[in-house]
Amino acid sequence: MYQQVILDHAKRPHGQGLVDVAAGHLGGESHQVNPTCGDEITLRVDVDGDTVAGVSWEGQGCSISQASASVMTELVAGRPLAEVARLDAAFHDLMGSRGKGLEDEAALDDLGDASAFTGVSQYPARIKCALLGWAALKDSLARSGALG
Amino acid sequence: MTTTGTARPAGTPAALSATELAAVRADFPLLGRTVRGGRDLVYLDSAATSQKPNVVLEAEVEFYEQRNAAVHRGAHQLAEEATEAFEQARAAVAAFVGADPGEIVWTSGATAAINLVAYSLANATAGRGGAAAERFRLAPGDEIVVTEAEHHANLVPWQELCARTGAVLRWFGVDDEGRIDLSDLGSVITARTRVVAFGHVSNVTGAIAPVAEIVAAARQVGALTVLDACQSVPHLPVDLHATGVDFAAFSAHKMVGPTGVGALYGRRELLEAMPPVTTGGSMVEVVTMEATTYAPPPQRFEAGTQMVAQAVGMGVAAQWLEELGMDAVAAHEQHLATELVRISEIPGVRIVGPADAHDRIAVVSFVVDGVHAHDVGQVLDDRGIAVRVGHHCAQPLHRRFGVAATARASASVYTTTEEIAAFREALAGVRAFFGVD
Repeated sequence: MYQQVILDHAKRPHGQGLVDVAAGHLGGESHQVNPTCGDEITLRVDVDGDTVAGVSWEGQGCSISQASASVMTELVAGRPLAEVARLDAAFHDLMGSRGKGLEDEAALDDLGDASAFTGVSQYPARIKCALLGWAALKDSLARSGALG
Repeated sequence: MTTTGTARPAGTPAALSATELAAVRADFPLLGRTVRGGRDLVYLDSAATSQKPNVVLEAEVEFYEQRNAAVHRGAHQLAEEATEAFEQARAAVAAFVGADPGEIVWTSGATAAINLVAYSLANATAGRGGAAAERFRLAPGDEIVVTEAEHHANLVPWQELCARTGAVLRWFGVDDEGRIDLSDLGSVITARTRVVAFGHVSNVTGAIAPVAEIVAAARQVGALTVLDACQSVPHLPVDLHATGVDFAAFSAHKMVGPTGVGALYGRRELLEAMPPVTTGGSMVEVVTMEATTYAPPPQRFEAGTQMVAQAVGMGVAAQWLEELGMDAVAAHEQHLATELVRISEIPGVRIVGPADAHDRIAVVSFVVDGVHAHDVGQVLDDRGIAVRVGHHCAQPLHRRFGVAATARASASVYTTTEEIAAFREALAGVRAFFGVD
Protein backbone atom coordinates (compact mmCIF):
# COMPACT_ATOMS: atom_id res chain seq x y z
CA MET A 1 0.00 0.00 0.00
CA TYR A 2 2.75 2.46 0.89
CA GLN A 3 4.26 2.83 -2.58
CA GLN A 4 7.36 5.00 -2.69
CA VAL A 5 5.50 7.60 -4.75
CA ILE A 6 2.92 7.87 -1.94
CA LEU A 7 5.58 8.25 0.75
CA ASP A 8 7.35 10.90 -1.35
CA HIS A 9 4.18 12.93 -1.92
CA ALA A 10 3.25 12.62 1.77
CA LYS A 11 6.63 13.96 2.77
CA ARG A 12 6.65 16.82 0.25
CA PRO A 13 3.04 17.52 -0.77
CA HIS A 14 2.26 19.66 -3.80
CA GLY A 15 -0.31 22.42 -3.78
CA GLN A 16 -0.16 23.07 -0.04
CA GLY A 17 -0.96 26.62 0.97
CA LEU A 18 -4.10 28.34 -0.28
CA VAL A 19 -3.56 30.59 -3.31
CA ASP A 20 -5.80 33.51 -4.31
CA VAL A 21 -7.98 32.97 -7.36
CA ALA A 22 -6.72 34.92 -10.37
CA ALA A 23 -8.66 38.01 -11.44
CA GLY A 24 -11.41 37.17 -13.88
CA HIS A 25 -11.39 33.46 -12.96
CA LEU A 26 -14.08 31.58 -11.06
CA GLY A 27 -13.13 30.28 -7.64
CA GLY A 28 -14.61 27.73 -5.27
CA GLU A 29 -13.60 26.45 -1.87
CA SER A 30 -14.55 23.37 0.12
CA HIS A 31 -13.79 22.07 3.58
CA GLN A 32 -14.00 18.30 4.05
CA VAL A 33 -13.42 16.23 7.15
CA ASN A 34 -13.11 12.53 7.77
CA PRO A 35 -14.90 12.25 11.12
CA THR A 36 -13.50 8.82 11.89
CA CYS A 37 -9.91 10.05 12.11
CA GLY A 38 -10.08 13.83 12.16
CA ASP A 39 -8.33 14.29 8.80
CA GLU A 40 -9.34 17.54 7.18
CA ILE A 41 -8.72 19.58 4.10
CA THR A 42 -9.65 23.02 2.83
CA LEU A 43 -9.27 23.11 -0.93
CA ARG A 44 -9.57 26.01 -3.35
CA VAL A 45 -10.00 25.67 -7.08
CA ASP A 46 -9.24 28.33 -9.69
CA VAL A 47 -11.19 27.87 -12.93
CA ASP A 48 -10.39 29.70 -16.13
CA GLY A 49 -13.32 29.20 -18.50
CA ASP A 50 -13.62 25.43 -18.88
CA THR A 51 -10.16 24.65 -17.53
CA VAL A 52 -8.94 24.02 -14.00
CA ALA A 53 -6.18 26.62 -13.80
CA GLY A 54 -4.98 25.53 -10.38
CA VAL A 55 -5.74 23.77 -7.14
CA SER A 56 -4.40 24.74 -3.72
CA TRP A 57 -5.17 23.34 -0.31
CA GLU A 58 -4.26 23.11 3.31
CA GLY A 59 -5.04 20.37 5.71
CA GLN A 60 -3.74 17.71 7.96
CA GLY A 61 -4.06 14.01 7.96
CA CYS A 62 -2.46 10.67 7.31
CA SER A 63 0.07 9.99 4.58
CA ILE A 64 -2.64 8.56 2.31
CA SER A 65 -4.90 11.62 2.49
CA GLN A 66 -1.99 14.05 2.14
CA ALA A 67 -0.35 12.18 -0.71
CA SER A 68 -3.63 11.72 -2.54
CA ALA A 69 -4.44 15.44 -2.37
CA SER A 70 -0.91 16.19 -3.57
CA VAL A 71 -1.08 13.78 -6.51
CA MET A 72 -4.52 15.06 -7.45
CA THR A 73 -3.31 18.67 -7.41
CA GLU A 74 -0.63 17.88 -9.96
CA LEU A 75 -2.93 15.67 -12.00
CA VAL A 76 -5.81 18.08 -12.58
CA ALA A 77 -4.01 21.42 -12.90
CA GLY A 78 -4.37 22.75 -16.43
CA ARG A 79 -6.95 20.16 -17.46
CA PRO A 80 -10.38 20.82 -19.01
CA LEU A 81 -13.33 20.32 -16.63
CA ALA A 82 -14.64 17.35 -18.63
CA GLU A 83 -11.28 15.60 -18.31
CA VAL A 84 -11.17 16.29 -14.56
CA ALA A 85 -14.61 14.72 -14.25
CA ARG A 86 -13.32 11.61 -16.07
CA LEU A 87 -10.26 11.40 -13.83
CA ASP A 88 -12.46 11.76 -10.76
CA ALA A 89 -14.69 8.92 -11.95
CA ALA A 90 -11.67 6.75 -12.78
CA PHE A 91 -10.11 7.34 -9.36
CA HIS A 92 -13.40 6.44 -7.65
CA ASP A 93 -13.54 3.27 -9.76
CA LEU A 94 -9.98 2.48 -8.71
CA MET A 95 -10.87 2.92 -5.04
CA GLY A 96 -13.79 0.55 -5.47
CA SER A 97 -11.62 -2.11 -7.13
CA ARG A 98 -10.60 -3.99 -3.96
CA GLY A 99 -6.98 -3.96 -5.01
CA LYS A 100 -7.59 -5.22 -8.55
CA GLY A 101 -6.93 -1.91 -10.31
CA LEU A 102 -8.77 -0.90 -13.48
CA GLU A 103 -9.49 -3.14 -16.45
CA ASP A 104 -9.34 -0.08 -18.67
CA GLU A 105 -5.57 0.30 -18.91
CA ALA A 106 -5.83 3.64 -20.67
CA ALA A 107 -7.86 5.02 -17.78
CA LEU A 108 -5.26 3.72 -15.33
CA ASP A 109 -2.50 5.35 -17.37
CA ASP A 110 -4.39 8.65 -17.33
CA LEU A 111 -4.37 8.57 -13.54
CA GLY A 112 -0.56 8.74 -13.56
CA ASP A 113 0.82 8.78 -10.02
CA ALA A 114 -2.73 8.36 -8.70
CA SER A 115 -2.63 4.76 -9.96
CA ALA A 116 -0.17 4.10 -7.12
CA PHE A 117 -3.16 4.15 -4.78
CA THR A 118 -4.44 0.82 -6.12
CA GLY A 119 -3.21 -0.93 -2.97
CA VAL A 120 -5.21 1.44 -0.77
CA SER A 121 -8.43 0.04 -2.25
CA GLN A 122 -7.70 -3.23 -0.42
CA TYR A 123 -8.18 -1.45 2.91
CA PRO A 124 -11.78 -0.25 3.28
CA ALA A 125 -10.90 1.97 6.26
CA ARG A 126 -8.36 3.91 4.19
CA ILE A 127 -10.33 4.51 0.99
CA LYS A 128 -11.99 7.55 2.56
CA CYS A 129 -8.55 8.98 3.27
CA ALA A 130 -7.57 8.71 -0.39
CA LEU A 131 -10.87 10.25 -1.50
CA LEU A 132 -10.82 13.23 0.88
CA GLY A 133 -9.03 15.60 -1.51
CA TRP A 134 -11.08 14.42 -4.47
CA ALA A 135 -14.30 15.06 -2.54
CA ALA A 136 -13.07 18.58 -1.77
CA LEU A 137 -12.21 19.12 -5.45
CA LYS A 138 -15.64 18.03 -6.62
CA ASP A 139 -17.40 20.19 -4.04
CA SER A 140 -15.27 23.27 -4.72
CA LEU A 141 -15.87 22.93 -8.45
CA ALA A 142 -19.62 22.77 -7.81
CA ARG A 143 -19.35 25.83 -5.56
CA SER A 144 -17.33 27.78 -8.13
CA GLY A 145 -20.26 27.87 -10.50
CA ALA A 146 -17.97 26.74 -13.31
CA LEU A 147 -19.98 23.57 -13.94
CA GLY A 148 -22.92 25.68 -15.16
CA MET B 1 -26.45 -21.33 36.04
CA THR B 2 -23.58 -23.46 34.81
CA THR B 3 -20.20 -22.95 36.36
CA THR B 4 -17.58 -21.54 34.05
CA GLY B 5 -14.78 -23.65 35.45
CA THR B 6 -12.23 -20.90 35.99
CA ALA B 7 -12.41 -20.64 39.77
CA ARG B 8 -9.00 -20.20 41.38
CA PRO B 9 -8.23 -22.01 44.65
CA ALA B 10 -7.94 -19.88 47.79
CA GLY B 11 -4.43 -18.68 48.52
CA THR B 12 -3.45 -18.41 44.83
CA PRO B 13 -0.98 -15.57 44.16
CA ALA B 14 -2.41 -12.29 42.90
CA ALA B 15 -1.27 -12.28 39.28
CA LEU B 16 -2.10 -15.00 36.76
CA SER B 17 0.58 -17.64 36.29
CA ALA B 18 1.80 -18.51 32.80
CA THR B 19 -0.23 -21.71 32.96
CA GLU B 20 -3.37 -19.87 34.01
CA LEU B 21 -2.91 -17.29 31.27
CA ALA B 22 -2.45 -20.05 28.69
CA ALA B 23 -5.66 -21.65 29.91
CA VAL B 24 -7.48 -18.32 29.69
CA ARG B 25 -6.28 -17.78 26.13
CA ALA B 26 -7.31 -21.28 25.11
CA ASP B 27 -10.84 -20.29 26.11
CA PHE B 28 -10.97 -17.56 23.42
CA PRO B 29 -11.31 -19.17 19.97
CA LEU B 30 -10.70 -15.94 18.07
CA LEU B 31 -7.27 -15.45 19.61
CA GLY B 32 -6.13 -18.53 17.71
CA ARG B 33 -6.71 -17.11 14.25
CA THR B 34 -4.18 -15.45 11.98
CA VAL B 35 -4.48 -12.19 10.06
CA ARG B 36 -2.86 -10.39 7.10
CA GLY B 37 -1.32 -13.38 5.40
CA GLY B 38 -0.82 -15.87 8.18
CA ARG B 39 0.48 -13.65 10.96
CA ASP B 40 -0.40 -14.41 14.56
CA LEU B 41 -3.02 -11.99 15.81
CA VAL B 42 -1.88 -9.57 18.50
CA TYR B 43 -5.18 -8.08 19.63
CA LEU B 44 -4.58 -4.79 21.43
CA ASP B 45 -8.00 -3.23 20.90
CA SER B 46 -9.89 -4.60 23.89
CA ALA B 47 -10.92 -1.13 25.04
CA ALA B 48 -13.03 -0.94 21.88
CA THR B 49 -14.41 -4.43 22.33
CA SER B 50 -13.09 -7.53 24.04
CA GLN B 51 -12.98 -11.02 22.63
CA LYS B 52 -15.34 -13.67 24.04
CA PRO B 53 -14.59 -16.94 25.81
CA ASN B 54 -16.26 -20.20 24.81
CA VAL B 55 -18.53 -20.22 27.86
CA VAL B 56 -20.15 -16.97 26.72
CA LEU B 57 -20.60 -18.16 23.15
CA GLU B 58 -21.97 -21.47 24.40
CA ALA B 59 -24.35 -19.80 26.83
CA GLU B 60 -26.04 -17.93 24.00
CA VAL B 61 -26.29 -21.04 21.86
CA GLU B 62 -27.54 -23.10 24.80
CA PHE B 63 -30.23 -20.51 25.52
CA TYR B 64 -31.50 -20.62 21.94
CA GLU B 65 -31.24 -24.40 21.73
CA GLN B 66 -32.90 -25.19 25.06
CA ARG B 67 -34.75 -22.28 26.67
CA ASN B 68 -35.75 -19.73 24.08
CA ALA B 69 -39.10 -18.16 24.96
CA ALA B 70 -40.52 -14.77 25.84
CA VAL B 71 -39.61 -13.76 29.38
CA HIS B 72 -41.93 -12.43 32.07
CA ARG B 73 -45.04 -13.63 30.25
CA GLY B 74 -46.55 -16.97 29.40
CA ALA B 75 -47.00 -19.82 31.84
CA HIS B 76 -45.38 -22.65 29.92
CA GLN B 77 -42.22 -24.38 31.00
CA LEU B 78 -39.97 -22.70 28.44
CA ALA B 79 -41.20 -19.27 29.50
CA GLU B 80 -40.38 -20.14 33.09
CA GLU B 81 -36.91 -21.39 32.22
CA ALA B 82 -36.16 -18.41 29.98
CA THR B 83 -37.29 -16.00 32.69
CA GLU B 84 -35.19 -17.80 35.25
CA ALA B 85 -32.09 -17.63 33.04
CA PHE B 86 -32.73 -13.95 32.33
CA GLU B 87 -33.14 -13.04 36.01
CA GLN B 88 -30.22 -15.22 37.11
CA ALA B 89 -28.08 -13.31 34.64
CA ARG B 90 -29.26 -10.06 36.19
CA ALA B 91 -28.29 -11.38 39.63
CA ALA B 92 -24.86 -12.47 38.36
CA VAL B 93 -24.19 -9.05 36.83
CA ALA B 94 -25.41 -7.32 39.99
CA ALA B 95 -23.20 -9.46 42.22
CA PHE B 96 -20.24 -8.79 39.95
CA VAL B 97 -20.47 -5.01 40.41
CA GLY B 98 -21.62 -4.92 44.04
CA ALA B 99 -25.27 -4.12 43.38
CA ASP B 100 -28.66 -5.67 44.10
CA PRO B 101 -30.45 -7.41 41.21
CA GLY B 102 -33.30 -4.89 41.33
CA GLU B 103 -30.81 -2.10 40.71
CA ILE B 104 -29.71 -3.48 37.34
CA VAL B 105 -31.64 -2.40 34.25
CA TRP B 106 -30.80 -4.17 30.99
CA THR B 107 -29.97 -1.79 28.19
CA SER B 108 -28.46 -2.24 24.75
CA GLY B 109 -25.18 -0.95 26.17
CA ALA B 110 -23.63 1.84 28.20
CA THR B 111 -24.62 4.52 25.70
CA ALA B 112 -28.28 3.57 26.04
CA ALA B 113 -27.88 3.42 29.83
CA ILE B 114 -26.54 6.96 30.09
CA ASN B 115 -29.18 8.23 27.68
CA LEU B 116 -31.82 6.50 29.77
CA VAL B 117 -30.85 8.57 32.81
CA ALA B 118 -30.64 11.80 30.80
CA TYR B 119 -34.01 11.28 29.11
CA SER B 120 -35.67 10.24 32.35
CA LEU B 121 -34.54 13.54 33.88
CA ALA B 122 -35.89 15.36 30.81
CA ASN B 123 -39.22 13.57 31.20
CA ALA B 124 -39.30 14.49 34.89
CA THR B 125 -38.59 18.09 33.92
CA ALA B 126 -41.55 17.91 31.55
CA GLY B 127 -43.68 16.96 34.55
CA ARG B 128 -43.77 13.20 34.05
CA GLY B 129 -43.41 10.88 37.03
CA GLY B 130 -45.58 12.93 39.35
CA ALA B 131 -44.56 14.15 42.76
CA ALA B 132 -41.99 11.39 43.23
CA ALA B 133 -40.04 12.63 40.23
CA GLU B 134 -40.04 16.28 41.23
CA ARG B 135 -36.57 15.84 42.68
CA PHE B 136 -35.27 15.18 39.15
CA ARG B 137 -36.69 18.33 37.58
CA LEU B 138 -34.11 20.66 36.07
CA ALA B 139 -34.52 24.39 35.64
CA PRO B 140 -32.60 27.06 33.74
CA GLY B 141 -29.52 27.89 35.78
CA ASP B 142 -29.12 24.37 37.14
CA GLU B 143 -25.78 22.89 36.26
CA ILE B 144 -24.60 19.52 34.96
CA VAL B 145 -20.93 18.72 35.43
CA VAL B 146 -18.83 16.41 33.25
CA THR B 147 -15.11 16.22 32.48
CA GLU B 148 -13.03 17.08 29.44
CA ALA B 149 -11.92 13.43 29.32
CA GLU B 150 -15.37 11.97 28.66
CA HIS B 151 -16.25 9.57 25.89
CA HIS B 152 -18.87 11.24 23.67
CA ALA B 153 -21.44 8.85 25.15
CA ASN B 154 -21.04 10.57 28.52
CA LEU B 155 -20.95 14.07 27.09
CA VAL B 156 -23.43 14.46 24.24
CA PRO B 157 -26.48 13.14 26.20
CA TRP B 158 -25.79 15.82 28.84
CA GLN B 159 -25.39 18.53 26.21
CA GLU B 160 -28.78 17.46 24.86
CA LEU B 161 -30.34 17.44 28.33
CA CYS B 162 -29.03 20.98 28.90
CA ALA B 163 -30.46 22.10 25.57
CA ARG B 164 -33.88 20.72 26.49
CA THR B 165 -34.02 22.02 30.04
CA GLY B 166 -32.00 25.23 30.11
CA ALA B 167 -29.47 23.68 32.45
CA VAL B 168 -25.85 24.69 31.93
CA LEU B 169 -23.02 22.26 31.19
CA ARG B 170 -19.81 22.72 33.12
CA TRP B 171 -16.72 20.54 33.22
CA PHE B 172 -13.47 19.68 34.90
CA GLY B 173 -10.40 20.05 32.74
CA VAL B 174 -7.56 17.56 32.69
CA ASP B 175 -3.91 18.06 33.55
CA ASP B 176 -1.00 17.39 31.20
CA GLU B 177 -1.14 13.68 32.05
CA GLY B 178 -4.83 13.58 31.20
CA ARG B 179 -5.91 13.21 34.81
CA ILE B 180 -9.05 15.03 35.91
CA ASP B 181 -8.00 18.34 37.44
CA LEU B 182 -9.88 18.82 40.68
CA SER B 183 -7.97 21.96 41.74
CA ASP B 184 -11.11 24.03 41.15
CA LEU B 185 -13.46 21.40 42.62
CA GLY B 186 -15.30 23.90 44.81
CA SER B 187 -16.06 26.26 41.92
CA VAL B 188 -17.16 23.55 39.48
CA ILE B 189 -19.40 21.52 41.81
CA THR B 190 -21.58 24.11 43.51
CA ALA B 191 -25.05 24.51 45.01
CA ARG B 192 -26.32 24.81 41.41
CA THR B 193 -24.95 21.38 40.42
CA ARG B 194 -27.66 18.77 39.87
CA VAL B 195 -25.77 16.02 38.05
CA VAL B 196 -22.10 15.02 38.00
CA ALA B 197 -21.29 12.54 35.23
CA PHE B 198 -17.78 11.17 34.80
CA GLY B 199 -15.85 8.20 33.56
CA HIS B 200 -14.39 5.77 36.08
CA VAL B 201 -11.46 5.10 33.73
CA SER B 202 -10.71 7.11 30.59
CA ASN B 203 -10.95 5.10 27.38
CA VAL B 204 -8.16 7.27 25.97
CA THR B 205 -5.65 7.85 28.76
CA GLY B 206 -6.43 4.81 30.90
CA ALA B 207 -6.33 7.07 33.97
CA ILE B 208 -8.47 6.06 36.93
CA ALA B 209 -10.68 8.90 38.17
CA PRO B 210 -10.68 10.08 41.81
CA VAL B 211 -14.16 8.63 42.35
CA ALA B 212 -14.37 9.11 46.12
CA GLU B 213 -13.45 12.78 45.95
CA ILE B 214 -15.91 13.59 43.17
CA VAL B 215 -18.75 11.60 44.76
CA ALA B 216 -18.15 13.31 48.13
CA ALA B 217 -18.30 16.77 46.54
CA ALA B 218 -21.44 15.89 44.58
CA ARG B 219 -23.16 14.46 47.65
CA GLN B 220 -22.36 17.54 49.65
CA VAL B 221 -24.46 19.63 47.26
CA GLY B 222 -27.11 16.97 46.69
CA ALA B 223 -26.16 16.32 43.07
CA LEU B 224 -26.74 12.97 41.36
CA THR B 225 -23.64 11.09 40.26
CA VAL B 226 -23.45 9.08 37.05
CA LEU B 227 -20.41 6.84 36.57
CA ASP B 228 -19.38 5.64 33.12
CA ALA B 229 -17.89 2.33 34.24
CA CYS B 230 -17.27 0.84 30.77
CA GLN B 231 -13.50 0.75 31.15
CA SER B 232 -13.37 -0.12 34.85
CA VAL B 233 -15.77 -3.04 35.23
CA PRO B 234 -13.82 -5.35 32.85
CA HIS B 235 -10.43 -4.58 34.40
CA LEU B 236 -10.75 -3.68 38.10
CA PRO B 237 -12.74 -4.95 41.06
CA VAL B 238 -15.76 -2.60 41.15
CA ASP B 239 -18.16 -2.34 44.10
CA LEU B 240 -20.80 0.19 43.11
CA HIS B 241 -22.41 0.33 46.55
CA ALA B 242 -19.02 1.12 48.03
CA THR B 243 -18.38 3.94 45.53
CA GLY B 244 -21.63 5.59 46.56
CA VAL B 245 -22.51 6.60 42.99
CA ASP B 246 -26.18 7.00 42.11
CA PHE B 247 -25.97 5.57 38.60
CA ALA B 248 -23.43 3.59 36.62
CA ALA B 249 -23.33 2.34 33.05
CA PHE B 250 -21.34 -0.46 31.49
CA SER B 251 -21.41 -2.68 28.39
CA ALA B 252 -21.13 -6.44 28.15
CA HIS B 253 -19.04 -6.45 24.99
CA LYS B 254 -16.10 -4.79 26.71
CA MET B 255 -16.14 -7.36 29.54
CA VAL B 256 -15.84 -10.57 27.50
CA GLY B 257 -19.62 -10.60 26.99
CA PRO B 258 -21.82 -10.27 23.90
CA THR B 259 -22.63 -7.12 21.93
CA GLY B 260 -26.11 -5.64 22.15
CA VAL B 261 -26.44 -5.72 25.92
CA GLY B 262 -25.30 -3.65 28.84
CA ALA B 263 -26.58 -2.42 32.12
CA LEU B 264 -27.67 0.65 33.94
CA TYR B 265 -27.12 0.54 37.67
CA GLY B 266 -29.33 2.86 39.67
CA ARG B 267 -29.84 3.13 43.40
CA ARG B 268 -33.18 1.49 44.09
CA GLU B 269 -34.96 4.52 45.56
CA LEU B 270 -33.93 6.61 42.54
CA LEU B 271 -35.09 4.07 39.96
CA GLU B 272 -38.38 3.82 41.83
CA ALA B 273 -38.95 7.55 41.53
CA MET B 274 -37.87 8.00 37.92
CA PRO B 275 -40.32 8.26 35.02
CA PRO B 276 -39.87 5.76 32.18
CA VAL B 277 -38.17 6.63 28.91
CA THR B 278 -38.99 3.98 26.32
CA THR B 279 -42.62 2.94 26.71
CA GLY B 280 -44.62 0.02 25.39
CA GLY B 281 -45.07 -3.62 26.26
CA SER B 282 -43.74 -5.34 29.37
CA MET B 283 -43.13 -2.15 31.37
CA VAL B 284 -46.71 -1.40 32.40
CA GLU B 285 -49.17 -2.25 35.16
CA VAL B 286 -52.62 -1.11 34.00
CA VAL B 287 -53.30 0.27 30.55
CA THR B 288 -56.60 1.89 29.59
CA MET B 289 -57.35 3.99 26.54
CA GLU B 290 -56.92 7.06 28.72
CA ALA B 291 -53.85 6.36 30.83
CA THR B 292 -51.19 3.89 31.89
CA THR B 293 -49.49 3.04 35.16
CA TYR B 294 -46.00 1.69 35.10
CA ALA B 295 -44.28 -1.39 36.50
CA PRO B 296 -41.72 -0.99 39.26
CA PRO B 297 -38.06 -0.92 38.28
CA PRO B 298 -36.19 -2.51 36.67
CA GLN B 299 -39.04 -3.61 34.35
CA ARG B 300 -40.25 0.00 34.10
CA PHE B 301 -37.18 0.72 32.00
CA GLU B 302 -37.25 -2.46 29.92
CA ALA B 303 -39.94 -1.90 27.31
CA GLY B 304 -40.38 -4.40 24.52
CA THR B 305 -38.82 -7.79 23.99
CA GLN B 306 -35.44 -7.86 25.66
CA MET B 307 -32.10 -9.14 24.37
CA VAL B 308 -32.47 -12.27 26.48
CA ALA B 309 -29.74 -14.46 24.98
CA GLN B 310 -27.23 -11.61 25.19
CA ALA B 311 -28.24 -10.89 28.78
CA VAL B 312 -27.65 -14.54 29.60
CA GLY B 313 -24.26 -14.24 27.91
CA MET B 314 -23.47 -11.14 29.95
CA GLY B 315 -24.32 -13.00 33.13
CA VAL B 316 -21.93 -15.79 32.19
CA ALA B 317 -19.24 -13.24 31.28
CA ALA B 318 -19.59 -11.62 34.71
CA GLN B 319 -19.40 -15.02 36.35
CA TRP B 320 -16.37 -16.01 34.29
CA LEU B 321 -14.50 -12.89 35.40
CA GLU B 322 -15.70 -13.30 38.97
CA GLU B 323 -14.42 -16.87 39.14
CA LEU B 324 -11.07 -15.88 37.68
CA GLY B 325 -11.01 -13.17 40.33
CA MET B 326 -10.94 -9.48 39.56
CA ASP B 327 -7.96 -9.02 41.89
CA ALA B 328 -6.02 -11.46 39.72
CA VAL B 329 -7.27 -9.78 36.52
CA ALA B 330 -6.26 -6.36 37.84
CA ALA B 331 -2.84 -7.60 38.97
CA HIS B 332 -2.20 -9.19 35.56
CA GLU B 333 -3.26 -6.07 33.73
CA GLN B 334 -1.25 -3.84 36.05
CA HIS B 335 1.80 -5.74 34.86
CA LEU B 336 0.68 -5.26 31.25
CA ALA B 337 0.26 -1.52 31.87
CA THR B 338 3.84 -1.36 33.12
CA GLU B 339 4.98 -3.07 29.92
CA LEU B 340 2.81 -0.85 27.73
CA VAL B 341 4.00 2.52 29.07
CA ARG B 342 7.53 1.47 28.11
CA ILE B 343 6.70 2.63 24.57
CA SER B 344 7.71 6.10 25.77
CA GLU B 345 11.31 4.80 25.68
CA ILE B 346 11.01 4.64 21.87
CA PRO B 347 12.35 7.83 20.25
CA GLY B 348 9.51 9.98 18.87
CA VAL B 349 6.75 8.14 20.74
CA ARG B 350 4.75 10.26 23.16
CA ILE B 351 2.04 8.91 25.48
CA VAL B 352 -1.19 10.91 25.78
CA GLY B 353 -2.02 10.12 29.38
CA PRO B 354 -0.13 9.11 32.51
CA ALA B 355 3.47 8.25 31.76
CA ASP B 356 3.71 5.59 34.45
CA ALA B 357 1.56 2.62 35.41
CA HIS B 358 0.31 4.20 38.63
CA ASP B 359 -3.50 4.66 38.92
CA ARG B 360 -4.11 3.63 35.37
CA ILE B 361 -5.18 0.57 33.45
CA ALA B 362 -3.53 -1.06 30.43
CA VAL B 363 -5.00 1.39 27.92
CA VAL B 364 -2.31 3.58 26.38
CA SER B 365 -2.87 6.19 23.68
CA PHE B 366 0.10 7.72 21.94
CA VAL B 367 1.37 9.77 19.07
CA VAL B 368 4.41 9.10 16.93
CA ASP B 369 6.09 12.36 15.96
CA GLY B 370 5.89 12.92 12.22
CA VAL B 371 3.60 9.96 11.53
CA HIS B 372 -0.19 10.15 11.51
CA ALA B 373 -2.03 7.72 13.78
CA HIS B 374 -3.69 6.03 10.80
CA ASP B 375 -0.32 5.28 9.30
CA VAL B 376 0.96 3.96 12.62
CA GLY B 377 -2.06 1.66 12.84
CA GLN B 378 -1.61 0.46 9.27
CA VAL B 379 2.04 -0.49 9.73
CA LEU B 380 1.19 -2.34 12.96
CA ASP B 381 -1.74 -4.06 11.24
CA ASP B 382 0.59 -5.35 8.55
CA ARG B 383 2.44 -7.11 11.40
CA GLY B 384 -0.81 -8.58 12.71
CA ILE B 385 -1.06 -6.09 15.57
CA ALA B 386 -4.54 -4.62 16.02
CA VAL B 387 -4.69 -1.19 17.67
CA ARG B 388 -7.29 1.55 17.50
CA VAL B 389 -6.60 4.81 15.66
CA GLY B 390 -8.58 8.03 15.64
CA HIS B 391 -10.11 10.13 18.39
CA HIS B 392 -11.66 7.17 20.26
CA CYS B 393 -14.98 9.06 20.62
CA ALA B 394 -13.25 11.71 22.72
CA GLN B 395 -12.70 14.71 20.46
CA PRO B 396 -12.54 17.34 23.26
CA LEU B 397 -9.76 15.41 25.01
CA HIS B 398 -7.78 15.17 21.77
CA ARG B 399 -8.31 18.89 21.19
CA ARG B 400 -7.00 19.51 24.71
CA PHE B 401 -3.77 17.79 23.73
CA GLY B 402 -3.63 19.49 20.33
CA VAL B 403 -3.84 16.29 18.30
CA ALA B 404 -6.49 15.21 15.82
CA ALA B 405 -5.91 11.53 16.37
CA THR B 406 -3.92 9.09 18.45
CA ALA B 407 -3.19 5.41 18.23
CA ARG B 408 -4.29 3.33 21.20
CA ALA B 409 -3.13 -0.03 22.47
CA SER B 410 -5.38 -1.65 25.06
CA ALA B 411 -5.03 -4.96 26.83
CA SER B 412 -7.36 -7.33 28.57
CA VAL B 413 -7.18 -10.38 30.78
CA TYR B 414 -6.00 -12.56 27.86
CA THR B 415 -3.17 -10.25 26.73
CA THR B 416 0.40 -11.49 27.21
CA THR B 417 3.68 -9.75 27.96
CA GLU B 418 5.03 -11.25 24.72
CA GLU B 419 2.29 -9.52 22.74
CA ILE B 420 3.17 -6.17 24.29
CA ALA B 421 6.84 -6.80 23.46
CA ALA B 422 5.93 -7.59 19.83
CA PHE B 423 3.92 -4.37 19.71
CA ARG B 424 6.81 -2.32 21.10
CA GLU B 425 9.20 -3.84 18.60
CA ALA B 426 6.90 -3.10 15.66
CA LEU B 427 6.26 0.42 16.93
CA ALA B 428 9.99 1.07 17.13
CA GLY B 429 10.23 0.57 13.36
CA VAL B 430 7.43 2.92 12.36
CA ARG B 431 9.37 6.18 12.03
CA ALA B 432 12.07 4.56 9.95
CA PHE B 433 9.41 3.11 7.64
CA PHE B 434 8.10 6.60 6.89
CA GLY B 435 11.57 8.10 6.66
CA VAL B 436 11.05 10.33 9.69
CA ASP B 437 13.94 10.99 12.02
